[in-house]
Amino acid sequence: MAASSDRNPPPFPTAEESEPGLCDMADADSDEGEDIFVSNSNPVSVSRGVSQPDRVSEEPSDLFSEEEEAASSTAAKANGVHSDDDNDLFADANVELSTDKSSSSARKEPSGPRHASTFTPSPAAMQPTSLEQLEEEEAKDSFDVDVAVTNPEKVGDGMNAYVAYKVSTRTSLPMFRSKVFSVRRRFSDFLGLYEKLSVKQSLHGCIIPLPPEKSVVGMTKVKVGMDDPSSVEFVERRRAALERYLQRVVSHPSLLQDPDVREFLEREDLPRAVNTQALSGAGFLKMINKASDAVNKMTIKMNESDTWFEDKFQEVENEEQQLRKLHVVVDSLVIHRKELCGNTAVFAKSLAMLGNSEDNTALSRALSQLAEVEDKMEQLHQEQAASDFFIFAELLGDYIRLLGAVRGCFDQRMRAWQRWQEAQSTLQKKREAEAKLLWANKPDKLQQAKEEITEWEARVTQYERDFDRIGMTVRKEVLRFEKEKAKDFKSQIIKYLEAMLQSQQRLIKFWEAFLPEAKAIA
Amino acid sequence: MSTEEVKETASVLSVHDDSIKVTEVLKEGDTLTFIIVSQKLSGTGEYHVDRTYEDFEWLQQHLFSQGDVPGIQGVIFPPLPAKPQVNASPRSIKQLGFLALGECQPYCKALETFLQQVAAHSILSKNKAVEVFLTSSDPPGRQKVKKNIFNRLSQAVEEMRKEGHKDVDEFFQNERDHNLILTGCTKTAAEKFLDVVATEQKIAVACGHFSTALHLCVEPGEDPDKQAFSRVCVKLSEVFESIKKNMTSVAENNVNTLGLGLDLESRYQEAEREMLFRRTCKLVELENAQRNVEKAKPVKKAAMEEVKKAAETEFEHTSGVAKQEIARFQGARVEMLQQALVGWCEKQLLTAKESADQFNQHLEVFRGMA
Repeated sequence: MAASSDRNPPPFPTAEESEPGLCDMADADSDEGEDIFVSNSNPVSVSRGVSQPDRVSEEPSDLFSEEEEAASSTAAKANGVHSDDDNDLFADANVELSTDKSSSSARKEPSGPRHASTFTPSPAAMQPTSLEQLEEEEAKDSFDVDVAVTNPEKVGDGMNAYVAYKVSTRTSLPMFRSKVFSVRRRFSDFLGLYEKLSVKQSLHGCIIPLPPEKSVVGMTKVKVGMDDPSSVEFVERRRAALERYLQRVVSHPSLLQDPDVREFLEREDLPRAVNTQALSGAGFLKMINKASDAVNKMTIKMNESDTWFEDKFQEVENEEQQLRKLHVVVDSLVIHRKELCGNTAVFAKSLAMLGNSEDNTALSRALSQLAEVEDKMEQLHQEQAASDFFIFAELLGDYIRLLGAVRGCFDQRMRAWQRWQEAQSTLQKKREAEAKLLWANKPDKLQQAKEEITEWEARVTQYERDFDRIGMTVRKEVLRFEKEKAKDFKSQIIKYLEAMLQSQQRLIKFWEAFLPEAKAIA
Repeated sequence: MSTEEVKETASVLSVHDDSIKVTEVLKEGDTLTFIIVSQKLSGTGEYHVDRTYEDFEWLQQHLFSQGDVPGIQGVIFPPLPAKPQVNASPRSIKQLGFLALGECQPYCKALETFLQQVAAHSILSKNKAVEVFLTSSDPPGRQKVKKNIFNRLSQAVEEMRKEGHKDVDEFFQNERDHNLILTGCTKTAAEKFLDVVATEQKIAVACGHFSTALHLCVEPGEDPDKQAFSRVCVKLSEVFESIKKNMTSVAENNVNTLGLGLDLESRYQEAEREMLFRRTCKLVELENAQRNVEKAKPVKKAAMEEVKKAAETEFEHTSGVAKQEIARFQGARVEMLQQALVGWCEKQLLTAKESADQFNQHLEVFRGMA
């Protein structure tokens, strides 16, 4: 059973589906008027033209249209174009900085922006050079990668059935084999991608976006049949969530560089992800929380001389709580809207019956017309509920989980620090052991001890570098995250307002059409 | 007729029936007092009186107890709303339906309509009680009214059986059948509409909560990105405040126009049903009387004949009045429903336009945000 490839999820024909085509995207540039030379944090933050908040759209067309707005859309895309060996970039930066380091306290606010500039081709970039680079980049296309997830299709039958989605990419980046391509992926593939990204050393400190959660209940219904409203809703919800997930991944400069990401987007046949059992019903947040607890239980506590991390962490926790509260309220709003749908439908029926029983012809006709108006209003309410849900509830849900991911990267920094401390303590022990051997005068063992010391010295240096690097990454990531968050929310709200406006305008038309009918009664 | 009765019935109302207004309601503990204002027919000037619900019931009792007015049983009595309660029980709220909503306006409007309909009724307005009720500065007597022939429809099983009694007149049989269907449909429509309004109110409340909760997300600090997010939250809070206001207006419009209209229509259909039932009872009486005459022994026959004649006269009067009332009723209800529908449509149209303007404004604000 294959659904038509043009199928739009029926019950929620929201404004999401409709957008003008490609050409608009290419022309759009920095619509939000964001100054790319933002002085403080990220000089390389470039506004991606794909954010098109002021488009009010009617026709469904391009896959790459509206969806962009759903994701945090800006990124230091410039990096995607130039940097090929990101690891080297990091290495360079660290080498440069480790010379003057004593403790993490050396890394204060001012050093933050400088580190950001490591993303440009010249690692020790002085401001002038990076500015030149940025000017060049601005002249390029205003988008580098767009992804869309569409066409959910059930594959197979019975309990082994699964849903395959079409993942389409459009890009101007040379690192991809072609400019426009698509592949088919299933849900576990997305989970597999997350799994791969989250274990990579080079990405530690990055806020890795979270894919949607598994749902045994939801999927079971779908396996049975994809046609009933709740299954359709489930599939659409998942499709939209997978799309937002991918969009966040590709808009992250480091993640976009990752070969696993490229493989996910490009490769025809992806080997089945096998580690996804771990990402089962427990959910990602539970995982992160477990990791957090483990960190908290570690005996060596960090003496944080730079309060930035502590303060930020607290803010993140607070924010997560606030968003959770908001989410609860939005959930109840969605429920009430759905209730209104049901009640309106029932009322419409009762009006139809009243109209049928009515003797007076004009009154009868007016009542029947009113029944039709109410039916149309039910449709409106339905769309409104979808709007509330897909725009706000999912947005809040995404950010609650993203904040969890942010907490996760703070934890990674902690672990890095602990590893460094443990290495230092081991080194100390080795040195003490060496001293003892010197005293005891055992030359053969002494040689081994010296080798071990050298080894551990190297490790200490490495771990310290790692710690510094992660610290820098976390700072950069958090700043980027906050920027994205404000933009994301803003663009979603604009989408919501446009949908509401459209609703009201349709409502006005209904009433204007009915008024003469009502007047014609007597 | 005795002189007493003449004094009782011969009365001309001294106010304009369409000027009667229930302007406010005062709460003292558990008692509700309604202020009623009406314009004098002769020249300028108004009557201001205060009445409790019991006074309304007094009036209604007097209207019911006009046994001497020929054909009174054929009158479709304007329906009095159910008794309001200050701390209403769930059952009372359910019974009142739309009239329980809002601060008291729907209820006051319903009382007002009742009085206007009574005052405009050619037969009922002649009852002295109406004049007393509307103009006397003293509260009307609270003494128990003499027993009236048809208090409220008695719900005895026997009485219910009569309701299905086949009619001798096709016009009335049709009217009875039609009324039965329409009463059910109208009541259902009113109930379902009430459900719609209740949900709209819930949505308004939820929007209010969201608006408030968003304010909690506003964080202090000079960090420009944090400020950007805080601004977004503040503006979104305003958006949802607007949505809440819009929903509240939509719900109010629903209640004050179509809600009241469906409620009145529903109660009026019940009133017609009661009238038709009374007439049916008269028919049953007449048919019984006819049978009695046929069965009577010669010595009783003359007396039975008298009874039959009386029943016949009453039945004819009742039917005559009933026919007029039905014609008037059918015209009036269509007009009333039309007004309700037009008023509803116009109000909702206005609210939708205002709402669209507001959304536009909010949209501009967000698009202009840095």
